[in-house]
Amino acid sequence: METACAVSMKRVTKRFGEVVANDEVDLSLQCGEILSLLGENGSGKTTLMNMLSGIYYPDEGQIYVNGKAVTIRSPKDAFDLGIGMIHQHFKLVDVFSAAENIVLGLDEDGKLDRRNIALKVKEIADRYGFDIDPNQKVYDMTVSQKQTVEIVKVLYRGANILILDEPTAVLTPQETDKLFAVMRNMKADGKALVIITHKLHEVMDVSDRVAVLRKGKYIGDVKTSETDPQKLTDMMVGRAVELNIDCPKAEKVTERIEIQHLTVKDKDGVPRLSDVSFTARGGEILGIAGISGSGQKQLLEAIAGLQVCEPGSHIFYKDEQWNPDAPADDSENQKHVHELIGKNPLDISKMGVALSFVPEDRLGMGLVANMDLTDNMLLRSYLTGRGVFADRKKPRKLAETVVKELEVVTPSVNTPVRKLSGGNVQKVLVGREIAMDPTVLMSAYAVRGLDINTSYTIYNLMTEQKLKGVAVIYVGEDLDVLLELCDRILVLCGGQVSGIVPREEATKEGIGLMMTQFRKEGQTYEQSRS
Amino acid sequence: MSSPVAEHREPLIHVSKRVGISRGKAWTIRGTALILALVISGLVIFSIVHLSPLKVYGAMFEGAFGTSRRAWVTIRDAMMMLCVAVGLAPAFKMRFWNIGAEGQILVGGIATAACMIYLGGSIPTPALLVIMLIVSVIAGGVWGLIPGVFKARWGTNETLFTLMMNYVAIQLTSYAVSKWENPAGSNSVGIINQTSRAGWIPSVFGQAYTLNVVIVLALAVLMYIYLKYSKQGYEISVVGDSENTARYAGINVKKVYIRTMFLSGAICGIAGFLAVSGSSHTISVDTAGGRGFTAIIVAWLAKFNTFVMILFSFLLMFLEKGAVEIASRYNLNNFVSHIITGILLFCILGSEFFINYKVSFRRKHG
Repeated sequence: METACAVSMKRVTKRFGEVVANDEVDLSLQCGEILSLLGENGSGKTTLMNMLSGIYYPDEGQIYVNGKAVTIRSPKDAFDLGIGMIHQHFKLVDVFSAAENIVLGLDEDGKLDRRNIALKVKEIADRYGFDIDPNQKVYDMTVSQKQTVEIVKVLYRGANILILDEPTAVLTPQETDKLFAVMRNMKADGKALVIITHKLHEVMDVSDRVAVLRKGKYIGDVKTSETDPQKLTDMMVGRAVELNIDCPKAEKVTERIEIQHLTVKDKDGVPRLSDVSFTARGGEILGIAGISGSGQKQLLEAIAGLQVCEPGSHIFYKDEQWNPDAPADDSENQKHVHELIGKNPLDISKMGVALSFVPEDRLGMGLVANMDLTDNMLLRSYLTGRGVFADRKKPRKLAETVVKELEVVTPSVNTPVRKLSGGNVQKVLVGREIAMDPTVLMSAYAVRGLDINTSYTIYNLMTEQKLKGVAVIYVGEDLDVLLELCDRILVLCGGQVSGIVPREEATKEGIGLMMTQFRKEGQTYEQSRS
Repeated sequence: MSSPVAEHREPLIHVSKRVGISRGKAWTIRGTALILALVISGLVIFSIVHLSPLKVYGAMFEGAFGTSRRAWVTIRDAMMMLCVAVGLAPAFKMRFWNIGAEGQILVGGIATAACMIYLGGSIPTPALLVIMLIVSVIAGGVWGLIPGVFKARWGTNETLFTLMMNYVAIQLTSYAVSKWENPAGSNSVGIINQTSRAGWIPSVFGQAYTLNVVIVLALAVLMYIYLKYSKQGYEISVVGDSENTARYAGINVKKVYIRTMFLSGAICGIAGFLAVSGSSHTISVDTAGGRGFTAIIVAWLAKFNTFVMILFSFLLMFLEKGAVEIASRYNLNNFVSHIITGILLFCILGSEFFINYKVSFRRKHG
């Protein structure tokens, strides 16, 4: 074959029932190369890599490693061949230290020699520039540290071929830069790397070559230096796609939700939100930035009536009759201000507040995974109508409308939503929430895991709602998108507001810095730069 | 790095998840499983006791449906089983593992027996039957309600709780039996109101068990409609799938737990009513006779579809009756029939694997 240590997949096909996930895909990977694997949702990227790492077995085709035909039946086979995959969801034991996790499952003779392991881990870390403490427990680690452990674990087992599945999805910009630096070091050491990502600027930044999949088929590969994001998108989608997000100003901007001193503690008494105050306005998209777990979930759930809030917290909803120009002591005007604290979702909707919420956990909170589209539409309206029986006619119509207007790919409206792909699940959820004619629309990580096409559909829907006068609250993780989409950005850090920045004044670096400034452990901005 | 996997060999057996399967194909697999079960059982019977399998199956059928009386007893017991399974359906649909049907049947039975003993003769039987039905519903319902409330309020484990409630119910039954002992010293209640037949479910169309069948089938139909079309049925499904989604939709999860467990217990209580008033006319710790547990199998096999439950109730009851018959006719002990039941259930449950997964073997390379 070509260069040593390369992987080459020839005419690999994988079917799931009638769905062809990979259709005669050819892929090659050289030593000392970073290859980006690009494609929309459901284009078969992860399936292809899973076959390389031994999770799936190909129906047809042949895999060569170092020029030799091989059979990879299990992850162990893959490891024996020097292939290691870092999955999106970490597979670590929380109560173990980094070193213990790294040697877990290794078949080594003799007793566990912690000092020796720590030395070896240190050696790997120094070689590639990882920042890792072998004795730190996993539960004390940040997301990026956990990821480091996963990568070192794979290297410790002697992997020469590394596959990273959306490694940057959970990282801050600074952490991403660090990861890329490490990846470049590994490349220089002669390792072969594959990175799966949806973020085109990262593709341009880190990789040498880009391979594109579309609907399970291999479209082609290009040198990164000879392409640009627009060309890549066109390859991925198969037609030209506009890559700009519009942020038009709404005609009328009015205060809709005013939050004062919101404090939320979890069941162990640990504060998740401390003294959060801000105002969300109708006709505006308020972006919420922050490292995951900084209180975004609690904030949205508090507004939706799903969190117990500490005394002194206030969430005021100002309805459409509320007059912003009236004096503060106008008692008539105060009638149009409603306290949402202490109300459950049903109370809130009974008060006439149309509050739409697209939660982060789509199938575990926003939808019922085992129910079909119609029954999922029913979730928000099943109590309407008299009698003991639920009316399924209108939800069915709504489901059909959503499928048509948002181009949901589904066999029918009678298909359980768990069988739909991630993007289509999200369209169903967003479609239902927008159909409620909301005055407030909250969404958490609305485009996580979605491809470019679907993501833009979602951005457009958000903007459309904003222009209608809806107060949109958008919790996001991609700072580039937040900066383009939102009118103002609120940055959360450790449950506190570290700042609210208007779009015009916001910079990616500034927001990234605010995201980390309250953190006690882990990296500060300055450290990560050095 | 250790040595790479050198030879190029495909794995022999390759299991993959099916994406979808047509209804016809699924039933073909189930049918095949049933035939396979009969063949294997036949081989086992032949190799162990050297009897013709066909004769044994024939005997089983005769045991269950050989005479009109036997057939009616089989129907009566299948209905009782169905009643319990119907009662379990809403709880299981809510992913609330109610394994306390046994106790809920018993308290329903005790309540019924108490009415027969204390009110029999003083109130006309039709009115008494209504009272007995209501009282058994309340008794069973409360027995289901208690673990429901504890789960809703304090998040207790419903499996352990309902299981322990069974033992409490058994002790209560022992107490009731000793209190109502008749004749004294027999350690049993005897047939209640044997001469007056007060509080007995009357014969309709010359059949003692017609009403049992009507009541249980009506419950099965109502439960099907309730779960599938009512608002409360929808709430149960949502809570069962994801409590978070339920809260998100504004469903009062605690209320749904409590209400559904009352309903579940109440229907098991009716099963107790049918057992006492409609068949045995007595009460003992064996009144439930393990049906509270066997009904779990029925409910699961039918995937909580009450109509499919009818089928499985009859199948299990047929096996039970047939087993007794071959045991006595061929002078075998009960274990042979247990083996047959085991093989049958194994094959039926195993067929679900082949419905969900596809198994392919290594292709020949020419």
